[in-house]
Amino acid sequence: MKILLMGNPNVGKSVLFSRLTGVRVIVSNYPGTTVSYTRGLMKLGDETAEVIDVPGTYTLEPTCEAEEVALQMLHTGDVVINVVNATNLERNLYLTLQLLEKGVPVIVALNMWDDTKHQGIDINLDKLRELLGVPVIPTVAVTGQGIKELVENIPKATSPRLPLRRRDECWAAIGSIINQVQHVTHRHHTWRERLSDASVKPLSGGIIALAVLAVSFIVIRFVAEGLIGYVFEPLFNNLWAPVLMRLSDLLQGGGFLHDIVIGRLVNGEVNFVQSFGLLSSGLYVPFAMVLPYVTSFYLVLGLLEDVGYLPRLAVLMDTIMHRLGLHGYAIIPTLLGLGCNVPAILATRILESKRERFIAATLISIAVPCAALQAMIFGLVGERGAQYIAIVYGTLFVVWIILGTILRYAVRGFTPELLVEIPPYRLPLWRAMLQKLWMRVYGFLVEAIPVILGAVLVINILYFFGVFEAIANFTAPVVTNFLGLPKEAVTAIVIGFLRKDVALGMLAPLALSAKQLVVGSVVLAMFFPCIATFVVLLRELGVVNMLKSAGIMISAALITGGILNLVL
Amino acid sequence: MPNEKQTTLARIRAGQSGIVVQVQGGHGLVNRLGALGIIPGKRITKISSMLMRGPVTVEVDRTRVAIGFGMASKILVQLDDEPTK
Repeated sequence: MKILLMGNPNVGKSVLFSRLTGVRVIVSNYPGTTVSYTRGLMKLGDETAEVIDVPGTYTLEPTCEAEEVALQMLHTGDVVINVVNATNLERNLYLTLQLLEKGVPVIVALNMWDDTKHQGIDINLDKLRELLGVPVIPTVAVTGQGIKELVENIPKATSPRLPLRRRDECWAAIGSIINQVQHVTHRHHTWRERLSDASVKPLSGGIIALAVLAVSFIVIRFVAEGLIGYVFEPLFNNLWAPVLMRLSDLLQGGGFLHDIVIGRLVNGEVNFVQSFGLLSSGLYVPFAMVLPYVTSFYLVLGLLEDVGYLPRLAVLMDTIMHRLGLHGYAIIPTLLGLGCNVPAILATRILESKRERFIAATLISIAVPCAALQAMIFGLVGERGAQYIAIVYGTLFVVWIILGTILRYAVRGFTPELLVEIPPYRLPLWRAMLQKLWMRVYGFLVEAIPVILGAVLVINILYFFGVFEAIANFTAPVVTNFLGLPKEAVTAIVIGFLRKDVALGMLAPLALSAKQLVVGSVVLAMFFPCIATFVVLLRELGVVNMLKSAGIMISAALITGGILNLVL
Repeated sequence: MPNEKQTTLARIRAGQSGIVVQVQGGHGLVNRLGALGIIPGKRITKISSMLMRGPVTVEVDRTRVAIGFGMASKILVQLDDEPTK
């Protein structure tokens, strides 16, 4: 049996889904994350049923891609659980009535039932059941209330096969239902609603946005530096380093195998940043330098998502984003890109037009450094002084603005206007948040560790056979004259295609000046996406647009690097 | 003289409310706004608007929706009577 969960966006469908199936799913507050649907299994009596979390939809007359997907999935289901937001019955019933016309058995989960009480809404359940002709079960997905009853009633789902109605007839029918079942008493605005309204007003909203971003940044750094300083550095220095030194002795302190596994010793010691062996830098870079930042970034992003802040940021940023040929919603993939460019480029799917997706994906690949790269920028460039970090970020921001403005005029097509529901602020469900954090961190480990180890291995082998020296000599004129970097830096830039964090790590032993390090970081960030991002870009944009995008990246990186070299 | 009080959602001040009269747009726009509950006869309150023709945030049916300025200019609203000051 196939059970479909259908309902408007932001009604708690995904939470209900994880209640029913107990499977790990992404639960968040902004429309768009559930465009790719989730499926799971649940016990229903003696048999096992398949449950599908259908993308949120307002209507069965599709107005966007996600709604088209929803409509297509409807035809494959045996039973529909229509999740309805009890505090907004009127709008939610539009979809309900359309579902009741289709002939699929429906059961209604009247979710967020607890909120109706503090909002002064009184709903006559028996009357609603009678008027709709299907079972209606009040639920609170976040606490699990009513879930058991909902499951027990799934076999009672029916279809009244309502006659097809025109849109105005449908709204008239809803009006009549609402008059009979719902009674609203006066209510006070809660502090959450006041805060909600304040965050979409120009002045207070701007202040709130700055505060949110500043606090996010501080928390991300605090958590990450704490993890590095108190957990990972002691682990590596006190436990792992002695093991490696013993291994180094076993391998007689040098030679091909030693160089690959442990790397080059610095002053007779293993240096985790500079040695560059599989078991030294190959483990230290991903675990002790990058993982802490990835973890703390996704912790904060997950919190912002589940509280429901991101759509407000989209409203605030809309005017600015339109200057870059995007609309406010593009801020969400952009923020995701600060974690990892791969999910960011996948998230550009929430943008409606091809033009927007091209601009957003290109801008993210060029000017939005991922958490791994940022961790290395903080680690290496930060050593020379905070002002150099500011130069790197400032440059990338200016590039983002200028390039966006150019693309806005250069790329044909149109950018549709913003139209988005602003969900109320909600207290996040910690369990769901930690599940999501775990999924993302796990995803990072699975994707990144093999590539990092592979990259270190390949680099060491190529290094040993002098391949990089040949490339370095070949490209030396551009790199040394134009960018002012030593020709050895070419190796790092080439490796940037595999992993940017590893590549920046390769600049560490080169004894670069602060200026060279800044130029190197900026060029690395902009030059070319890492291989994982490259693959996603290729899939999302197609070959032709990918080539265009890559051309823009290479020229922008060279121009920016050249300018920095001249002015610094 | 009801028509004197008709204006668009883009023009009214934050805090003012009224009744939606008409969505002046094609089938697609009417459909998209309708799905969000913005249909003729609905009570609508403007919460805020961003500077420089930025999006307009409204409350309709107890939910808040942000609408681009251009779309908001196509939503015709009959303003409530306000006590004269």
